[in-house]
Amino acid sequence: MKSVCLYFQVHQPLRLRRYRFFDIGNDHYYYDDFTNESIMRKIADECYLPSNKILLDLIKANDQKFKVSFSITGVALDQFVSYAPDVIESFKELAATGCVEFLAETYSHSLAALKNKEEFKSQVNAHVERIKLLFGQKPKVFRNTEMVYSDEIGKMVSAMGFKAMLTEGAKHVLGWKSPNYLYCNALNPKLKLLMRNYTLSDDIAFRFSDEGWKEWPLTTDKFVGWMSQFDEKEDLVNVFMDYETFGEHQKKESGIFEFLKSLPQAVLETKQFKFATPSELAKEYQPIAVAHVPNVISWADEERDLSAWLGNDLQDEAYGKLYELRDDVLELNDERLLKDWNYLQSSDHFYYMCTKFFSDGDVHSYFNPYDSPYDAFINYMNVLSDFKIRIAEMKVSSVPVNGTELAKKDEIIAQCKAEINALKKQIVDH
Amino acid sequence: MKVLMFGWEFPPHISGGLGTACYGLTKGLSKVDDLDITFVVPKAYGDEDQSKMQLVGANGVHIKQVQEHIQRFKSKHTYLEVESALIPYNDPDEYYSFRDSELYGKNKLFKVNKEGKLEFTGKYGANLIDEIYKYAYVASTISMDHEHDVIHAHDWLCYPAGIAAKEVSGKPLVIHVHATDFDRSGGSVNPKVFEIEKRGMDAADKIIAVSNLTRNIVIEKYGQSPDKVETVYNAVEPVSFEEKKAIKKGVKEKVVTFLGRITMQKGPEYFVEAAYQVLKRTDNVRFVMAGSGDMLEKMVARAAQLGISDRFHFTGFLKGDDVFHMFKLSDVYVMPSVSEPFGISPLEAMQSNVPVIISKQSGVSEILTHAVKVDYWDIDALADAIYGIIKYDSLSNIFKSKGKEEVDNLKWTNAAIHVHQVYSNTIKETV
Repeated sequence: MKSVCLYFQVHQPLRLRRYRFFDIGNDHYYYDDFTNESIMRKIADECYLPSNKILLDLIKANDQKFKVSFSITGVALDQFVSYAPDVIESFKELAATGCVEFLAETYSHSLAALKNKEEFKSQVNAHVERIKLLFGQKPKVFRNTEMVYSDEIGKMVSAMGFKAMLTEGAKHVLGWKSPNYLYCNALNPKLKLLMRNYTLSDDIAFRFSDEGWKEWPLTTDKFVGWMSQFDEKEDLVNVFMDYETFGEHQKKESGIFEFLKSLPQAVLETKQFKFATPSELAKEYQPIAVAHVPNVISWADEERDLSAWLGNDLQDEAYGKLYELRDDVLELNDERLLKDWNYLQSSDHFYYMCTKFFSDGDVHSYFNPYDSPYDAFINYMNVLSDFKIRIAEMKVSSVPVNGTELAKKDEIIAQCKAEINALKKQIVDH
Repeated sequence: MKVLMFGWEFPPHISGGLGTACYGLTKGLSKVDDLDITFVVPKAYGDEDQSKMQLVGANGVHIKQVQEHIQRFKSKHTYLEVESALIPYNDPDEYYSFRDSELYGKNKLFKVNKEGKLEFTGKYGANLIDEIYKYAYVASTISMDHEHDVIHAHDWLCYPAGIAAKEVSGKPLVIHVHATDFDRSGGSVNPKVFEIEKRGMDAADKIIAVSNLTRNIVIEKYGQSPDKVETVYNAVEPVSFEEKKAIKKGVKEKVVTFLGRITMQKGPEYFVEAAYQVLKRTDNVRFVMAGSGDMLEKMVARAAQLGISDRFHFTGFLKGDDVFHMFKLSDVYVMPSVSEPFGISPLEAMQSNVPVIISKQSGVSEILTHAVKVDYWDIDALADAIYGIIKYDSLSNIFKSKGKEEVDNLKWTNAAIHVHQVYSNTIKETV
């Protein structure tokens, strides 16, 4: 029997407010509460709540045979708590069915995996704890921000105890190979890899309501028909997408909810397919091969690389300047500072600074609250400047004025000085 | 003596230094006895300060012959239409939102409203050239309706209006050169703008230049006789500080400011490079680039490339009190203009007790003593000067006190007396 793995990504950026130069040092609040709340409320009503309801009904109607998986970023969870607690409740109901798996990821939807191993670990752990607390299950499978993956990242994730990881079935990585098998990490074969079938996933996520597409309108029969044409030996189909596909990217009027409602029935009727969660896949199937990914991949844009977040001067500068602050932030261990530190790492900020507008401009401008990447950069750097000032101020006030310690240091300085003088004298004498 | 003066903008509706200068000058002229000014702008909003003069908006002038064929008007005056893409500068406010490019000029007719009046926007935008012609057309009507002894036209936008007025009344024309296209374009002039400027200068009986720098350009590049061109320096309006509310400085470091249109003429790239040099040597400083313009994005990218963006800030276009706030937060003001006919903003900075560094290629450098003057391209000298002022308090203090004293003595009344002399001489010569 083949398996279908449905996975949905849930994330909402925490948008920064218009932070002007005049605010630096005067105002330490960075977020646009109004926009964040209104967008969260709108998407909760148009997408999260109706979709969750449909999924819950489907699980009950199909006698536990319908299974899905989610990862919800910490940033999204925090916003649910503040603006839409009913969404949390509905996810809890889903969790209680036993047919829904929650995956781990970085708490703040960050790109820490590329910069700092320790930071990455601590963010993942924070996320795991949060999921355990909310949904009563400990995530066993990991998915990184925006499906960012490389052999090295996989190794790191494996060392943290995860059994499997999700990533993109990128053309330039798989080549002629099919994403419809289980793969494993090149450095540590213990870590199973689930590769996204981007054709089928994007048929729903991007093309569903595109009337210019030759397959429009997409029906479940058509969709399941494509799946049944796969090679006999293929094991599984990974359909991964943003959860906001339902009701937000694809509007209610497009019929996306009807599609979702009839999908499980259509899949189960084939008798060839069943639904499975990522953990089940990892347990059930044997990896067919090693996936070599020496260079980092992601699920974004045509290039399937990092260029949406990093690479231009603006992005590299902002990203670099942010992570320079890590040691100080951790040392100060201040609650508010840590919170901002987490939110400022969110990959969304760097996404807004992307200057490659040509092929994927539509998607970029859809998600972007700024007029231009320059505008996004200016605003972010102003916020970061204030953040730095706060760190500097707290450092000054937190240094304990310890008389004996200072005296000790003075002593050391005096010793060193004497030594230098002695050496200088030697040179002169020489 | 009655003066018919043509300007393009008037406070509070201004977008550049031209409106400020016109206002200061007319205010000064109002203090001269026996001088009566009618100031004409393309669009009067009604809330302008009219205590010093009579303000006529060209949009309020009744045109008798409606639907005059624009082509005929243009052929009579032999002006050329300029493609809208070649505008010398845009209203920074509307930098990102070009106005509708739909021209009524397409059917070659002036659009006249029900009362027979032409409509004007009074802004720098895509229809600028069209507006200039309409303005000139209306100017001839105004010139008939308002008795005058001399005509005074400010900057190239108003030269056609001045000429049109002169053709009707036969009175002497004084044109006031606040800038030339050589300043705006850095040498590669727009030939059509140049032509309008040249025609204006040729038709003028006397030319007032805002500095010797500009006077030389007028003589050399536009082929004017030196006797015809006179330099009258600008001044600055005194500000009353009590009225302004104070702003809290949020950063501890010294603040070095660039404030102006971010265009090639203003030399923003030299400011960025100098900032990089200074930041290599000291941490105790932040740089601010305030304003907007077609080079803004390039500057943002350059600052990021140099890795100084956490110390180099952008504010976007600043209006009204924000300009004052910016000065209040500043420890040094830098104007590295590549070519600046005059440059009032350093004077405004000095009024706010901010030491200034200006380029030698600016008109204002001819009259200031207590300011650091460097060549705009000399990044090292610029960096040195910035470093010196932020590092050595004694230096900065002396610039503050002496500078304030100096700028307080620059009065528009002095400029006005000079302009009045020019009027008298011109009238005498042409009679």
